[in-house]
Amino acid sequence: MTTKTETMDYDEVLERFDPVLGLEVHVELSTRTKMFCGCPNAFGGEPNTHVCPTCLGLPGALPVVNGSAVESAIRIGLGLNCEIAGWCRFARKNYFYPDMPKNFQTSQYDEPIAFDGYLDVELGDGETVRVGIERAHMEEDTGKSLHVGGATGRIHGADYSLLDYNRAGVPLIEIVTKPITGAGRRAPEVARAYVSALRDLLRAMGVSDVRMDQGSLRCDANVSLSPKGDEVFGTRSETKNVNSLRSVERAVRYEMTRQASLLSRGAQVVQETRHFQEADGTTSAGRPKETSEDYRYFPEPDLVPIAPSSAWIEELRSTLPELPWERRRRIQQDWQLTDEELRDLVNTGAADVVAATVDAGAPVDDARSWWVQFLTEQANSRGVDLADLPVTPGQVARVIALIGEGTLTNKLGREVVLGVLAGEGDPDEVIASRGLEVVSDDSALTAAIDEALAAQPDVVEKIRGGKVQAAGAIVGAVMKATQGQADAKRVRELILQRCGAE
Amino acid sequence: MSQISRDELAHLAKLARLGVSEAELDTFVGQLDVILDSVAKVGEVAGDDIPPMSHAANLTNVFRSDEIRPGLSQQEALSGAPAAEDGRFCVPRILGEEQ
Repeated sequence: MTTKTETMDYDEVLERFDPVLGLEVHVELSTRTKMFCGCPNAFGGEPNTHVCPTCLGLPGALPVVNGSAVESAIRIGLGLNCEIAGWCRFARKNYFYPDMPKNFQTSQYDEPIAFDGYLDVELGDGETVRVGIERAHMEEDTGKSLHVGGATGRIHGADYSLLDYNRAGVPLIEIVTKPITGAGRRAPEVARAYVSALRDLLRAMGVSDVRMDQGSLRCDANVSLSPKGDEVFGTRSETKNVNSLRSVERAVRYEMTRQASLLSRGAQVVQETRHFQEADGTTSAGRPKETSEDYRYFPEPDLVPIAPSSAWIEELRSTLPELPWERRRRIQQDWQLTDEELRDLVNTGAADVVAATVDAGAPVDDARSWWVQFLTEQANSRGVDLADLPVTPGQVARVIALIGEGTLTNKLGREVVLGVLAGEGDPDEVIASRGLEVVSDDSALTAAIDEALAAQPDVVEKIRGGKVQAAGAIVGAVMKATQGQADAKRVRELILQRCGAE
Repeated sequence: MSQISRDELAHLAKLARLGVSEAELDTFVGQLDVILDSVAKVGEVAGDDIPPMSHAANLTNVFRSDEIRPGLSQQEALSGAPAAEDGRFCVPRILGEEQ
């Protein structure tokens, strides 16, 4: 079980094999209620409090489809350039496992609501790769298991398991790519970029909160290798538990090196589910993959078919937002950003908040630098996404305006924002309660300057002798005396004035 | 005309978690063939002009509005469970993996 898995050097893998990827992404919709019943669709909550006879699979309970979830599914399909089925059905996927109390999952089988699309994915260097979309279908999420006993708390060696069905029946869309071939060395990067682009798209549509850390967006990575130049796909493994963009990239890369090592030794890749281990970036064997026959799919008799009219589809198409990448291109043009500046903006996830800050009246450059630098640092140190920081674009715009009019220095501005982040209220409230306004009254400044000049007569001599750069020492002393609340530029002017060195 | 083998039947029984004895396998394999043959007759009468259906009601697009409806309390939800702990259903240890 714990024998070290052999892997092949990545460069050697690429000399001998071509990777083929298939990515399955499950996304939980952010509807108010579940897919087939009126229970709340909410993350967490006391166990088994968002449940009813339908999602618990009690005898006689009947499902009814959530219309909003179907709309979201169609919109996702349209966003992925898919065909929308004119007629489709749900199917029962039968399996015995306590995460679904019905002993089947209501899913779609051979009649997905959306199929045959693509997503254009931009890599880090600006190159675009078109990833084919096989299908996007509707299904429901499962409950959550807690394994009790055993050494590790994991499923192996557990004494028994505890089930919470709050998540059972939450609307889920499964999005499956066509085989991604020809990516070669960049396969891990393409996998990551695809999931990232898909996440951006879904977020822009407002159909899901796409939190990988909370499991509302999950990725399974299918990886196989073909001998270089061979058209036939090799046996694939399916890696689950890939819970971050970085993990997607690592998991694909690891599987490539593991499978290459097996194949080069004449061994076979086993078709199985594997689990990604976040700690060391490896994968470990799970259950052998069941064949789809074993699920004994059949059309769900408790639900009638879905037949979206073309009028409905066109109405939904008109609600699609500006696509994130098109928006980026527009922002770059409108704001006259270099490719690098745009990339910083996108990589920090700042584009939306910067745009909102600009809308609130801030100059583009100021808005950008606040979000990309100071606020990104704050978000990183708090371990949250930029957009989740407890400060609004309007508040940031207000601070920028106050700096612009000289009421705040940059340093004070940062302190005001820290106050807002600490929940002390709006910028003006923080300024009032913390007493943070710039000392702009020259008489107050002059007193501090005179004191500093008197304390450093040698510096005064230098300034009078023409070495105006020596004034820096006095500026420092004055800023210290005013606790940073003076406008350094004004202080410098006053110092030179008083030393007669203007 | 045998359509289903004894091995297939044993596999199906396993998937459905049915405890079928060796003797029962021999009996059922023949019986299932009769059932399958009978159902297959439907295919003989249905022409190409008759689309397959899975529902007797001629309806499509039956939807519910996305509004929360009261469900069960935790206590009610667990009331029929043979065992519960910490507000959760308690089940015997699971062999195999999560789906």
